[in-house]
Amino acid sequence: MAQSAEHVLDHLELFRGPEYQEMLAKKKIFENPRDPAEVERIKEWTKTAEYREKNFAREALAVNPAKACQPLGAVFASVGFEGTLPFVHGSQGCVAYYRSHLSRHFKEPSSCVSSSMTEDAAVFGGLNNMTDGLANSYNMYKPKMIAVSTTCMAEVIGDDLNAFIKTSKEKGSVPADFDVPFAHTPAFVGSHVTGYDNALKGILEHFWDGKAGTAPKLERKQNGAINIIGGFDGYTVGNLREIKRILALMGIQHTILADNSEVFDTPTDGEFRMYDGGTTLEDAANAVHAKATISMQQWCTEKTLPFVADHGQDIVSFNYPVGLSATDDFIVALSRISGKEIPEQLARERGRLVDAIADSSAHIHGKKFAIYGDPDLCYGLAAFLLELGAEPTHVLSTNGSKAWHEKMQMLLASSPFGQGCQAYPGRDLWHMRSLLFTEPVDFLIGNTYGKYLERDTGTPLIRIGFPIFDRHHHHRSPLWGYQGGLNVLVKILDKVFDEMDKKTNVLGETDYSFDIIR
Amino acid sequence: MSLATTQSIAEIRARNKELIEEVLKVYPEKTAKRRAKHLNVHQAGKSDCGVKSNIKSIPGVMTIRGCAYAGSKGVVWGPIKDMVHISHGPVGCGQYSWGSRRNYYVGTTGIDSFVTLQFTSDFQEKDIVFGGDKKLVKILDEIQELFPLNNGITIQSECPIGLIGDDIEAVSRAKSKEYGGKTIVPVRCEGFRGVSQSLGHHIANDAVRDWIFDQLESDGKSKFEPTPYDVAIIGDYNIGGDAWSSRILLEEMGLRVIAQWSGDGSLAELEATPKAKLNILHCYRSMNYISRHMEEKFGIPWCEYNFFGPSKIAESLRKIAGYFDDKIKEGAERVIEKYQPLVSAVIAKYRPRLEGKTVMLYVGGLRPRHVIGAYEDLGMEVIGTGYEFGHNDDYQRTAQHYVKDSTLIYDDVNGYEFERFVEKLQPDLVGSGIKEKYVFQKMGVPFRQMHSWDYSGPYHGYDGFAIFARDMDMAINSPVWKKTKAPWKEASRAKLLAAE
Repeated sequence: MAQSAEHVLDHLELFRGPEYQEMLAKKKIFENPRDPAEVERIKEWTKTAEYREKNFAREALAVNPAKACQPLGAVFASVGFEGTLPFVHGSQGCVAYYRSHLSRHFKEPSSCVSSSMTEDAAVFGGLNNMTDGLANSYNMYKPKMIAVSTTCMAEVIGDDLNAFIKTSKEKGSVPADFDVPFAHTPAFVGSHVTGYDNALKGILEHFWDGKAGTAPKLERKQNGAINIIGGFDGYTVGNLREIKRILALMGIQHTILADNSEVFDTPTDGEFRMYDGGTTLEDAANAVHAKATISMQQWCTEKTLPFVADHGQDIVSFNYPVGLSATDDFIVALSRISGKEIPEQLARERGRLVDAIADSSAHIHGKKFAIYGDPDLCYGLAAFLLELGAEPTHVLSTNGSKAWHEKMQMLLASSPFGQGCQAYPGRDLWHMRSLLFTEPVDFLIGNTYGKYLERDTGTPLIRIGFPIFDRHHHHRSPLWGYQGGLNVLVKILDKVFDEMDKKTNVLGETDYSFDIIR
Repeated sequence: MSLATTQSIAEIRARNKELIEEVLKVYPEKTAKRRAKHLNVHQAGKSDCGVKSNIKSIPGVMTIRGCAYAGSKGVVWGPIKDMVHISHGPVGCGQYSWGSRRNYYVGTTGIDSFVTLQFTSDFQEKDIVFGGDKKLVKILDEIQELFPLNNGITIQSECPIGLIGDDIEAVSRAKSKEYGGKTIVPVRCEGFRGVSQSLGHHIANDAVRDWIFDQLESDGKSKFEPTPYDVAIIGDYNIGGDAWSSRILLEEMGLRVIAQWSGDGSLAELEATPKAKLNILHCYRSMNYISRHMEEKFGIPWCEYNFFGPSKIAESLRKIAGYFDDKIKEGAERVIEKYQPLVSAVIAKYRPRLEGKTVMLYVGGLRPRHVIGAYEDLGMEVIGTGYEFGHNDDYQRTAQHYVKDSTLIYDDVNGYEFERFVEKLQPDLVGSGIKEKYVFQKMGVPFRQMHSWDYSGPYHGYDGFAIFARDMDMAINSPVWKKTKAPWKEASRAKLLAAE
């Protein structure tokens, strides 16, 4: 018996002992297992070009896709408004999943309610669920606003949110003037970034365009402010705080729309804050008067930005700006739009990032990378790698569109380091597995699920993306701004150096290169 | 921290009743009436806990429950390692449930084992409009080509499947025939069916019955000779290795485990189970259906057991042995004796740190009752418990064998109620899920996830008990809980109190 009270062994070590190993070996006979030689043969076959070809010929099956569904993005956007409770109309299991998913990434509570539709609602529609649900949520959780979105169940049966909310208000579920913006967010269209876009547009439409016909539309009186939209972002806490710091440094009047940087980072001090921070409803309404709106992620705001432009504002969009040039473009755009000068402080921060790159780029230059993730994140990271002299060999985005593909290819073509690099829209991580076997790279950048690729292909994983379940607290550090660029650089460098050490640490064999100075 | 120990049963009862009344005040009248039936203070001697259960959740209250798909794919089918489980419908369900239940298994993932892969038909609008059966046909072909060593395929229906009228049964039959009798199992576990995960368990059990047992040829496929000591572990999902730390005890007492349902399980094990002499059932809630079926159809008796904590483990080992001859009965005694020094050492080390600490639970399946004994072995007291998706037979078992007089009972509790209960009762530990964890930790209450073992485990068996004890100690006695108040804020409060 290996277990003892003195030194308690858990799953990491317990099962390695001879008793358990023997037991597991004996279990095999009941499993009717495949011939080990056959398993080995197939394993090797999956590494070949032939397998890759069959794998890429897939038309229907998705294996390990790197995307989630719309309502997750809707919930993420909704909690970025002051006192707002996301309310997802449809089956209740979905909401349990969104809450778990967000909590596992942020290590924070995630509050959201469901209208708990079941079979009868599938037949008769979910109006009663909406009416009762709004009343209960309003009474129990005292929100300032309830933001409604939908699961695929409600979408398939065709529930009409606008009509349902109107009827619910007539029945007294919530006061007539209580804010209940809504967005249809079918899971079978787009991905979580689409859901973010739809929910945000729904909220802005509600405040700007007359609250579903119950109030006059706002008349835009332009002021000098700038609206910022972060987009769906696992680093929202660090990133939005960094953006606010930069805007404050520049003295720019601004509104962050869907600012969920507080609600996903509340203190442990004895009080649970179900709501915290967020864009105030007043600011959300007044955002219509802004001079311009900047989206940090183009493909998270494909509908929202044109909607904003239709209201007369200038719009500018970025693709998850990481690194020098992208941050330069962002800062210059801020200055141009606001007419404010760029303070010396930012020039110094920029200089520090240049300094760091100059110090370390020899270790990154010429290295090959595979990247996967949301379309904007992929673009931003690829651009930074090119800037570092690295080669983003495979750039894969399951929720990347044709337009994303074209823009990515243009970016790759624009740099000598992008030659021979490829962007892959609509592909999944099983495709990536084939790419990594047939065209190996030095490093992989992706979310937690990338650890399976790291295990199978031996490609070291640098964790940047969403979700990150198996490392803690990184979402609190920005990837945006010059400071954020430095954080990304350090993440990459740490892995590069760890790998160098791993490859040179065999005593008496490879350790001549086990240098203490690198 | 706890108030419970200083109060009489009558006082606790009155306090708990009052607390329920207070909580109900927040609701609109109709909702208050409905929720009142799910909340109670247990009275010793009653045959159940006095709450209604397995009833639809109320819209908008923030129920903690999941859905039928979660019960079938997430719980029952997902852990079967050598089959490919397709999350059939839009991408989300499979994505959110990907790898999150920690069903441990041994196998070459992606080649002959598939538990931690996410297979989905990733429905698009055209699949909703024109139906998904054609796509499903193609998916089955693609799986056969790219994952040739899979031993079977299940189709786990997401909400749209049942709404758009797809005939996944017809597709399954046709493709099974085409592949020479391959096991392909359509499961109608659409998320809108039933009121929680629970119906998904039942549907999944029925799918095993209809699409595996009923398809068995009389000679069966298993390649081993039966013995009089063959048992099957039913309802252990091998979370963090639970089924392994259970299996080892059964084998040490002389039994032979021929199947694990479903943690680290395989299709061959499911198929061989009708040869078992006894089915031993851990999670009654999720697998009593198939156990009853095997009793009726194959005449296999089943018995419930509990491998949490030494008291219940010993009781269970003896109960299981009771179905066999003296050799096994002696084996059970031998096992209990073998582990006694470990048990004594664990209790000697941890009980002094945990004695008198109070716990509130809210979990699914069997745990709201099954873990109570383990806490009591450590000198702790469970002062409140409830089931996410229990039925009345769960509450009967809870009342008759587990909870103490005046325990607060909450069925299908929601965020609001649970927070108020914990705030008032001030337990030393809350054991619940990921959605609850950070809420209570923010409040300064130590917490352990009791679905995933908070990424630890196993908790089953004697080896697991040592881990359980260590984890509860590290949660409750972590120094961080003394630091949640800023010193200057504590000082100012103390000053204020002094000035009063």
